Amino acid sequence: MNSWILDNFWAHFAVFTIVILAFVIIGVMAFIYVERRGFGPFQLRRGPNRAGPFGILQPIADAIKVLLKEDVVPDRADKVLHTLGPVIVFLPVLLIFAVIPFHGQIGGLIANLNVGIVYVAAISSLGVVGVFMAGWGSENKYSLIAAMRVVGAMISYEIPLVLSLVAVVLATGSLSMNGIATGHPLPMILLMPLGFLIFLAASMAEINRGPFDLLEADSELVAGFHIEYSGMKFAMFYLAEYGHALAMSAVAATVFMKGWVGPWDAYLGWFWFILKTLMIFVLLVWLRVTFPRMRIDQMMSFAWKFLLPMALINLLVVGIQVVAFGGDIPWWMMFINFGLAGVLILGWSKFFRPGGARVEYQV
Amino acid sequence: MKIDEAKTESVILEIPKAQPVMRDVEIIDTDAPGDDVFVLNMGPQHPSTHGVFRMRVTFSGELIEDMQPIFGYLHRGIEKLAETRTYTQFIPMTDRLSYLTSMANNHAYVVAVEKLAGIEVPERAEYIRVIMNELMRISSHLMAVGFFLNDLGCSVFTPLLYMYREREKLLDLFEMVCGARLTYNYMRIGGVSQDLPEEFLGYAKQFVKEMPSYIEEYEQLLAENEILLARTKGVGVLTPEMAVNSSASGPVLRASGIKWDLRKADPYSLYDRFDFDVPVGEIGDNYDRYRVRIEEMRQSLRILEQAIPQLPEGEVRTKVPQFLRPPKGEAYGRIETPQGELGFYLVSDGGIAPYRLHIRPPTLINVTALSEMVVGSLLADAIATFGSIDVCLGEIDR
Repeated sequence: MNSWILDNFWAHFAVFTIVILAFVIIGVMAFIYVERRGFGPFQLRRGPNRAGPFGILQPIADAIKVLLKEDVVPDRADKVLHTLGPVIVFLPVLLIFAVIPFHGQIGGLIANLNVGIVYVAAISSLGVVGVFMAGWGSENKYSLIAAMRVVGAMISYEIPLVLSLVAVVLATGSLSMNGIATGHPLPMILLMPLGFLIFLAASMAEINRGPFDLLEADSELVAGFHIEYSGMKFAMFYLAEYGHALAMSAVAATVFMKGWVGPWDAYLGWFWFILKTLMIFVLLVWLRVTFPRMRIDQMMSFAWKFLLPMALINLLVVGIQVVAFGGDIPWWMMFINFGLAGVLILGWSKFFRPGGARVEYQV
Repeated sequence: MKIDEAKTESVILEIPKAQPVMRDVEIIDTDAPGDDVFVLNMGPQHPSTHGVFRMRVTFSGELIEDMQPIFGYLHRGIEKLAETRTYTQFIPMTDRLSYLTSMANNHAYVVAVEKLAGIEVPERAEYIRVIMNELMRISSHLMAVGFFLNDLGCSVFTPLLYMYREREKLLDLFEMVCGARLTYNYMRIGGVSQDLPEEFLGYAKQFVKEMPSYIEEYEQLLAENEILLARTKGVGVLTPEMAVNSSASGPVLRASGIKWDLRKADPYSLYDRFDFDVPVGEIGDNYDRYRVRIEEMRQSLRILEQAIPQLPEGEVRTKVPQFLRPPKGEAYGRIETPQGELGFYLVSDGGIAPYRLHIRPPTLINVTALSEMVVGSLLADAIATFGSIDVCLGEIDR
């Protein structure tokens, strides 16, 4: 593709910024539809089916409803933080997509960074700042509790997340997203299943879904950090929530499932990428709809006592394999790694049980 | 106690000056600077207070240091209203006590009136009452377990919706017998309002046959779920001593290991004819309360399996005068509702309306031990423990 768009910096920048914005908005709408409709069969009901054929216009109806609502700012809120919060929460979602490769020849849409994975890890943790600003600036006790929870939890889960990515970098020998996708003939989900599971659990905590949705915790904290938001600002949070899920699914699809690489290399790269992203997201929906929520102390001990040791062991195992096979792990190692992952998870879960790690409090 | 004396006494007695209702609540300025406690009013509007219940919680971090339950937002004066209605006219109001156990509330009230007036109930009516009570128990326990799991944070209601599936069938059964799905008004003094429709027994047998497999389904999803175990085991412990001292009853008492069930301890209706067990818990934590409810559903199915084939033919209602005038005296009728011991204390002065009616609400008395159960645990545990008691604010506030 030697068109002028790719050659001219400003044209490239403008066109692909619009592409990313459109992709994120449409992707979020698709995800909202998949989740709401997917909950139906899981919960013995139909899901939304009124707006458009098969309820496909439901996200648009939701968006219109939310956008038409009055924007309320509490009297005693910190106006600046309250307004900036949703913007800063949503920003990282767009920034992550700058380096995600949709298609082989282009690489990352805006920047084909040679340290793409480092950039992703750094940017994805920016959202916590916005959440804390929203929780603190709302001047509400529930949102303050949520804000305190989110800082502790998200920082804890960064560590296993990054360690599982480091193992991938070791095995593929590249730091750029495109290089990781093409670095090894086998997808990483097969080569290091343990790493994938750690990444999945940690990213679920990062994006506050499933059993880790402690900062929304609707049965305890009503709506958590966005309790005082309505109208456009609430829509931004909603967009950011699903946008984070989209971004994390895209990262997982690229890093662990070879992203745009499909059965026929040169064709339909974007199709395979979107399909894999959707597969990860369906897994997230399934987990969210099934499990009860963890408690904050259990969530923290899960990060430090289970995920962190597992991530270190995973890194060690992958490192040994990389050294032993000279940087190119053969495909048959995947059977050994699957067995190892099973043994490690089952063995460690004998020692670590979230309930067993409960602190007995005395007042 | 003679009735006439009581009446004159109450006329002579001075009406005490109105006391502030919540006088033991210490007023703390929650925004006072330099205060390291954090006071949070959870409720009366809160997604998981099961109505308009308020918990005034003092936190240190997320650790609960003090908790005061505050209620009364739904007070309708039902006990006083009873004094202006005939004995029969009060039956629909009992539906509005704990609206998830309406049939059992009806039963408790008519048991008290029958005891007061000395009315015999036909055998078929007693069987119907037992069947309705046990169906009600299953329905109520389904809701109790479902909302408890909701409070634990099955954030998108999945287990609750599975339990709604079976409750729907039970509501269909209730609709068949009395036309209503929530407030049944089915029991009458001396029997029940009408006989069972023809198709009822078939559907009921079908339900009793299907239900064990549904309970198995919940157990597969929940019983060994690591997160559920972590969230419920050892949380919200109510010691046996505390349970007895706070006169808790129902599953809350039995989860603490005390084998006390009015169906066995003080058999009413026909419960001495059926063969069933009383499940008890071990330490009285949230998990035991959950297990006891699941087991009780199985035992209720056992009772139904015996009761439905034995159902005799005959009258379903004794002839009772429209304006029943029980002799002067007093009576206390109690039954084991799904939530505990529901008692009605009736005083008659020989008129067509009760002189005084007092209700012993099981959930109000169960919830009094709440602050002992939650102090020292975390915010999320308080919500879960409150959910595990299975309260109904219609009954707490009356």
